[in-house]
Amino acid sequence: MGFRDGLTERLVYRESRTSRVDEPIQGCSRMNVNQQAHMASPYRQPHTGYQGYPQTGYGGVNAEVSYSAQYAPYNGPASGYQQGGPTSGYSPNTRFHSKTLIENISDLSSSSLLDLGPVQPPLTSEAPVLAPQAYNQHTQGGLQNGPPAMSSQAQRSPVSQPYVPAHMLPAGPQPAYQQEQSGAPPTSLHQMTNQMAGMQIVSSVPPPAAVPYVPPPSSQVPATSAPPSFSQPPPNVTMSQPPLQGFYSAPLPSQQPFAISAPPSQPPVSGAAPLPSQPLLSSGLALPAQSAVSGPRPLSLSSFPTGPPPRPQAQVMPGPTPATQPTFGGVVSSSSSQPQITGPPLLQPTVPPPIAQLQFPGSPPTSQPQFPGPPPQYSHVSPPTSQPTHLHPCPAPTPSFPPVGSAPPITSGGPPLSHQSLSGPSMSQTSHEHFPGQSTMSRMPPGPPTITHGHPVQPEMQGYQPQQNGAFGQGMPLQPGYSGSYPRQQNFGAPPAAPGPTPAPPAPKRLDPDSIPSPQAPELPPVQRTRHRIDPDAIPSPIQVIEDDKTNKSSEPFTTGVRGQVPPLVTTNFQVRDQGNASPRYIRCTAYNMPCTSDMAKQSQVPLAAVIKPLAMVPPNEALPSPVDHGEGGPIRCNRCKAYMCPYMQFIEGGRRFQCGFCSCVTEVPPHYFQHLDHTGKRIDCYERPELSMGSYEFRATVDYCKNNKLPQPPAYIFLIDVSYSAVKSGLVSIICEELKTLLDYLPRDTNESESSIRVGFVTYNKVLHFYNVKSSLAQPQMMVVSDVADMFVPLLDGFLVNVGESRTVINSLLDQIPEMFADTRETETVFGPVIQAGLEALKAADCAGKVFVFHSSLPIAEAPGKLKNREDKKLIGTDKEKVLFQPQVSFYNTLAKECVAQGCCMDLFLFPNQYVDVATLGVVPSSTGGSLYKYTYFQATTDKVCFLHDLRKAVQKHMGFDAVMRVRTSTGIRAMDFYGSFYMSNTTDVELAGLDCEKTIAVEFRHDDKLSEETGALIQCAVLYTSCSGKRQLRIHNLAVNCCTQLADLYRNCETDTLINFFAKYAFYSVLNNPIKNVRNSLINQCAQILACYRKNCASPSSAGQLILPECMKLLPVYLNCVLKSDVLHPDTAVSLDERAYLRQLVSCMDVAESQVFFYPRLLPLQKLNVESETLPMAVRDSEERLSKGGVYLLENGLQLFLWVGASAQQELLQNIFGTTSFGQIDPNTTTLPVLDNPYSRKLRDMIESIRVQRSRYMKLLVVKQEDKLELIFKHFLVEDKNISGGASYVDFLCHMHKEIRQLLS
Amino acid sequence: MATFQEFIQQNEDRDGVRFSWNLWPSSRLEATRLVVPVSCLFTPLKERLDLPPVQYEPVLCGRANCRAILNPLCQVDFRAKIWACNFCFQRNPFPPTYAGISEVNQPAELMPQFSTIEYIVQRGPPTPLIFLYVVDICLEEEDLQALKESLQMSLSLLPPNALVGLITFGRMVQVHELSCEGISKSYVFRGTKDLSSKQIQEMLGLMKPAPAGQPGRPPAPQEVQPSCRFLQPVHKVDMNLTDLLGELQRDPWPVPQGKRPLRSTGIALSIAVGLLEGTFPNTGARVMLFTGGPPTQGPGMVVGDELKTPIRSWHDIQKDNARHLKKATKYYEALANRAAMNGHCIDIYACALDQTGLLEMKCCSNLTGGHIVMGDSFNTSLFKQTFQRVFSKDYNNEFRMAFGATLEVKTTRELKVCGAIGPCISMNSKGPCVSENEMGVGATSQWKVCCLNPSATLAMYFEVVNQHNAPVPQGGRGAIQFVTQYQHSNTQRRIRVTTVARNWADAQSQIQHIESSFDQEASAVLMARLGVFRAESEEGPDVLRWLDRQLIRLCQKFGQFNKDDPASFRLSESLSLYPQFMFHLRRSPFLQVFNNSPDESSYYRHHFMRQDLTQSLIMIQPILYSYSFYGPPEVRFYTPSVA
Repeated sequence: MGFRDGLTERLVYRESRTSRVDEPIQGCSRMNVNQQAHMASPYRQPHTGYQGYPQTGYGGVNAEVSYSAQYAPYNGPASGYQQGGPTSGYSPNTRFHSKTLIENISDLSSSSLLDLGPVQPPLTSEAPVLAPQAYNQHTQGGLQNGPPAMSSQAQRSPVSQPYVPAHMLPAGPQPAYQQEQSGAPPTSLHQMTNQMAGMQIVSSVPPPAAVPYVPPPSSQVPATSAPPSFSQPPPNVTMSQPPLQGFYSAPLPSQQPFAISAPPSQPPVSGAAPLPSQPLLSSGLALPAQSAVSGPRPLSLSSFPTGPPPRPQAQVMPGPTPATQPTFGGVVSSSSSQPQITGPPLLQPTVPPPIAQLQFPGSPPTSQPQFPGPPPQYSHVSPPTSQPTHLHPCPAPTPSFPPVGSAPPITSGGPPLSHQSLSGPSMSQTSHEHFPGQSTMSRMPPGPPTITHGHPVQPEMQGYQPQQNGAFGQGMPLQPGYSGSYPRQQNFGAPPAAPGPTPAPPAPKRLDPDSIPSPQAPELPPVQRTRHRIDPDAIPSPIQVIEDDKTNKSSEPFTTGVRGQVPPLVTTNFQVRDQGNASPRYIRCTAYNMPCTSDMAKQSQVPLAAVIKPLAMVPPNEALPSPVDHGEGGPIRCNRCKAYMCPYMQFIEGGRRFQCGFCSCVTEVPPHYFQHLDHTGKRIDCYERPELSMGSYEFRATVDYCKNNKLPQPPAYIFLIDVSYSAVKSGLVSIICEELKTLLDYLPRDTNESESSIRVGFVTYNKVLHFYNVKSSLAQPQMMVVSDVADMFVPLLDGFLVNVGESRTVINSLLDQIPEMFADTRETETVFGPVIQAGLEALKAADCAGKVFVFHSSLPIAEAPGKLKNREDKKLIGTDKEKVLFQPQVSFYNTLAKECVAQGCCMDLFLFPNQYVDVATLGVVPSSTGGSLYKYTYFQATTDKVCFLHDLRKAVQKHMGFDAVMRVRTSTGIRAMDFYGSFYMSNTTDVELAGLDCEKTIAVEFRHDDKLSEETGALIQCAVLYTSCSGKRQLRIHNLAVNCCTQLADLYRNCETDTLINFFAKYAFYSVLNNPIKNVRNSLINQCAQILACYRKNCASPSSAGQLILPECMKLLPVYLNCVLKSDVLHPDTAVSLDERAYLRQLVSCMDVAESQVFFYPRLLPLQKLNVESETLPMAVRDSEERLSKGGVYLLENGLQLFLWVGASAQQELLQNIFGTTSFGQIDPNTTTLPVLDNPYSRKLRDMIESIRVQRSRYMKLLVVKQEDKLELIFKHFLVEDKNISGGASYVDFLCHMHKEIRQLLS
Repeated sequence: MATFQEFIQQNEDRDGVRFSWNLWPSSRLEATRLVVPVSCLFTPLKERLDLPPVQYEPVLCGRANCRAILNPLCQVDFRAKIWACNFCFQRNPFPPTYAGISEVNQPAELMPQFSTIEYIVQRGPPTPLIFLYVVDICLEEEDLQALKESLQMSLSLLPPNALVGLITFGRMVQVHELSCEGISKSYVFRGTKDLSSKQIQEMLGLMKPAPAGQPGRPPAPQEVQPSCRFLQPVHKVDMNLTDLLGELQRDPWPVPQGKRPLRSTGIALSIAVGLLEGTFPNTGARVMLFTGGPPTQGPGMVVGDELKTPIRSWHDIQKDNARHLKKATKYYEALANRAAMNGHCIDIYACALDQTGLLEMKCCSNLTGGHIVMGDSFNTSLFKQTFQRVFSKDYNNEFRMAFGATLEVKTTRELKVCGAIGPCISMNSKGPCVSENEMGVGATSQWKVCCLNPSATLAMYFEVVNQHNAPVPQGGRGAIQFVTQYQHSNTQRRIRVTTVARNWADAQSQIQHIESSFDQEASAVLMARLGVFRAESEEGPDVLRWLDRQLIRLCQKFGQFNKDDPASFRLSESLSLYPQFMFHLRRSPFLQVFNNSPDESSYYRHHFMRQDLTQSLIMIQPILYSYSFYGPPEVRFYTPSVA
């Protein structure tokens, strides 16, 4: 039902999605959250709930509603989500942690109900029933767990649903659902269809193996049939869910696998989930699914004749996939396997079900739950072989799942035995957690067998299922967190009670987290909502993808020996073993399989870029690049292209010569470097020499590599402190001076140095500059005032730059006196240009490179070079002249920056503005010299001190290279063309960096200038010549080989969206300098549309035009791109100051992938799910208000800010634990630190916040945001999936828009 | 009256004046024919132990363009309480305070023995003396150490309330702030960039927005405030400054092989001048420049920093090969004028084995009345003792220096003043007694002499404007009044008035008298000053030729000889030594540059232009002492042949 509805509805994206998606998601979430046991119970309850959800009737209602309406619905759903995901999640978690079984149960039930309600409501009412039934049957078949089974099924189905449901599966199950629901849904569906018609989000991954899944087909069949009649679909969907359940139920033990594995199962499950998803996708999705399915799985199709088949197929696909799966497994794993995996996952699971299980239990457990959610979805989506994930459902589930996920893992342990699981489920009811895991696990094994019944493939399916299941489960009912899952459950429930449910659906706001506890509430809302909108749960979920990747890739070290491997996501914690290619910590590429020809590259529009972080820090368990010394002759290099010796050099003629891997030129091996070759043609000493066996290593540079052919001096750090009135008054000056006293003991040093050889110098300034002579022989420091700011110079040489150890007492005396000296200052004007000049001149005079730290507070209006005027003009925003505001006001600083770079003078700028300071201009030098820009607006000592000092410490202590030059060499065929980051280029090849610290990243775009060969692949060598902290000249080399392809599909299979987004953001942010922002936005959208359209056209199996098919690897491209477009830089909003925008623009320009990922898609952690015992963080939820539960507390971080959002009705215990008060009203919104309370939760939370801060390059100040408070507006700005106040599109809207664009391109 | 010799001696002792002629020819034509102009050497602050200053204001002539001061030559009507100005014949009533005046109760200024009298007057708040040390730190360690010690020692010699400041320079110029506790502060300037006085004050943070309402009033109180940071009473900053001086380091900037240290003397002086200009205009102040080498960068640069380029020699100058000479000279002249206008004087203590650019910088001292000391090293007794003598005190335990003096000359109608030669600048005060014919620094009746000591002597040149056929002027004598207003070293404002008169004589009838009134010593010095003054701006040979011609004309006029009989030549006693002086002058270092560096020439000329008659004469013709076992050393005047 839901599915069909979904399908049809999908057409009407929002309507369908919202409503349906919600449902599936809820279902999923429930699945996850409530583990099997819970699931079961939940499911049942859910059913009721679903019914309530069925209010999903929402779906219907929603469907009717227009986009806006849909949005509204979303909100509804969101709440629903919250309920489903968070709430459920919360409840589960909380329950888990401290709550009793009963609670759990209740939660489960409630949550599940709720979830179900929301999720399925729309579609489900009918479908749910069916699905549930199916589930029940299956599960029950397996065990009485019936409910659990149901749940499990539901879960899986959700999973599947997410994927398939939305698209494929739904079809299968949907049919039924649709039919059932059709009554109401139809209308909605139609509407949906109208709108969304084609929206299927297909991830390419899914191998079509589906065939085996024939069974699903059956279910699908209905769906398929349904698809035709979208109106019906909804019912079908709901129906489908039931079917799924049926499937599930059948396979449950193994079934889950089934469900998962077997699209059919998914269908059912998906049915539930799908429904939601479908709703989202609505008819469109459904159809696509079908079509996709059909494409991928002929068999399944056949079997599935009906609309539903698609999903089933998808799931079914697994069957066929098995074979494919293996490959997928590999591929998938490497890439965002899970998402893609949906297809593959299934396969994998199928094949290695046990293994998979094992894995799951192991590390994944926690993740599993989450994964399950996503995978399922993926699987659904994936069905189309090429197009892994058609369905969005997955994503949706994921969010909800996460919470569940955690639970699942635990369960997983239990799960192993299907029976157990089953029993578990029953048991599980108490604990949701168990459900997912157990269900999946247990089911998995059994599943296969059972599956076998249905489909040979099933095993695989199961395999998938596990993952999918995880997803599904999560997605499905089990984990309450997954509202989606709940919904599904509801759906299920609904289906059973179909009639009833539908009525129930009426209750629109099923999702209130708060309400979650009470099943009823959830029930009602789900349905209605689902209809109108595209279910957010049904569209690709970043959380799901992230969690899947964690599950799949964090356990095994990532070895770099194989060319063209896609590394784990940046969000995954993994270990790297350097076996010949640079670690992804150093280099990440947008594509690990480059097109051989420029035509292909142009066709695909995928930018070929590498994001390089040459001096990245590596975790302690990974080795630093090994030192290499080639003696006095310097590093051995190719004669022609000057590439450095590396593993790609081929030794020939018995080792007397080597052939360059980059340019093929043959070079003599110097006698001292000669070594014999072994029988394979490798040098005998290959493994003794890092440069022949490693991807990253470090040469000792000879004097030939030094400026002026003179070995460099150790670098110097100069501190330039603004002592004008505002800086003194804010307490800044004394804070800095106080801190420097201790900080100077921690200057960076080379590993083998006992003491840092960096010298330091001090300058204070307002309208004039004060230099200080702190020579060790002086009793008192001497101050030298330079008032001739028009012609800056350094007044002293000896005694300005000193060794900290020697001049300790004088320096301390100085730092003590500075605040006193300027305590009464009346000077309000400052200079800025001369300040930089001062630093530069000082370094010039000392003939060394170094870094200047400038602490500045105001617009430099004093008469001096580089004087600025206030040009903040909000009227320009949105006009073609807006770009001017990002350009420097005067060219003075550009010239100055050039000089700085020539001298190796890097500048870190700390700004403390109280008003406009023209960051765009002041930031020119830092951004050209490899420095950093820090901004503390309205600096207040009490609140910002910690933050500032932390950043300062890091800036001073961090490892750096100075006076660096970076050169990127590539194989013949491509060439590094464009560079983005903080540096200066005086020619087209050399990236000059006055300073290069361990956090700076440079993005390099490659273009073809010839053809590449598939055999040799493409080689990239990045060489950075720099002066170390101790003044040693070194050459760090990073090598990376990537594959080349002649098939576009290969390209799309080996992409990394995070890197892509990183590159796009940098490119776009750079472009705003010279182009109207509107154009930049459009070109971004256009390029992405082209990328996706190219995929659709060339790689995806044929399907209806209405279907949105996304490559598995780029599943998240739309959501992330939307985030980029909504960023303050690209989205004019008068509330954001120009300075802030300029600041962010510069910040992003040198961000690495991990930072940009979280920056654009902030991490939102539900604290109520924080497990005091566990090391792991609670699974994040999606950045949408819908996911927030009124009763919860959430932590949001984007790498720059940290918000603690407190729901208006947050549990008192939670508040007591966090704030030491039980009253919401007593929480001080101005606090920036959490009280230190002696309870495990508080400790854990504070530890967690600390650990999060440690991960980021900048300290994040904590802001407490109370629901309904003024500050909440700011907070909401970071809920990037929502439409924002200033008009930024919501995820769903943007997806629709994207789809439209793609369709236009295709037609 | 005794001989002219006695008369001359008496006048010199009483008034510090030596005239070339003690009888003045009564017409312009005759005066011209006398070859040596009517002129005098005037020592404004000649030490007069017997001259207690009077504590009241002088009485001025009421005529606006006269303003002569009541003096013994005035006719006084005691009954009417009226006096007649002897310069403009204006009849002036005595001020009320003179009500009790009578023949028996005359004020001091009417008594003949008080032809020179000194008044102590109240003119605004007393301003302390100011000593601003400008110290070169591009010295050898040893030299610097010696200099530091000398400077520290000098602090103890200064009056406690004197303001003291410190500027050091090398590659950069540092103005040290002396008021601060703890951290020692200094303002640093680039040594290559000239700044206007206003900029300097801005950069030193001395610009305070002056309250708009009172432009007429000297904003001294306000300006004293900020300036205090750099110029502090010695008693306050004694310790501080001693430490500061003790911590002075050699210029830290590396001096590469084959280069001279970069020395920003020009900017350092400019800043010193600018600082004082902004903070204490028209107040007595002494800028004391201690330098150990030539300025090598920035404006005022005398030589580049390449050692392979030697500093300019006379040879170079003659061949117009001295690149920096003109520019630098112009720069320092402008600087000296600014300083002089504000009453600040500049001393130069240059101690180095090589030249230090005195040629270019000499005007700083020459125009402001400062000292120039040239030595080989600061670590020599020559410098140390000389420096100490700068702070020598008189019998009243007061410094033998006066600041910010203005010297005004008033003449009777038959006489006009052509100019002055000495450590002074023109104040461009046109008056009825200013001649159009300039000799030395002319076209004014007032000169600024920023620093005076008791021996400082100016040469004043006059012109007789009485026409040939006009009768001998009324009263039979001409009078000249020198009015010197100055700041005494004890911060009092004083006015010293010297009024002298000489009889007119008809050159045709009284040529004998005139001849016998000739003061050949004074004349020699006066002519020598004219010659040196010319030599400063003209080529050597021309000056010598001019001197020769003058001598010839004089001998022609007064000598008795038979044509073609050299042996018959006779000069009267009053002229007999004059040719000898000229002979020595011709070969003196003041006119001959051979074997002297330009710096040395400048140094000699500097001293010659300010010494009193005796010293000058000795400089022209060195004294030969003859020592024997049979008595005290004997001076053999004028007889070099004896040696």
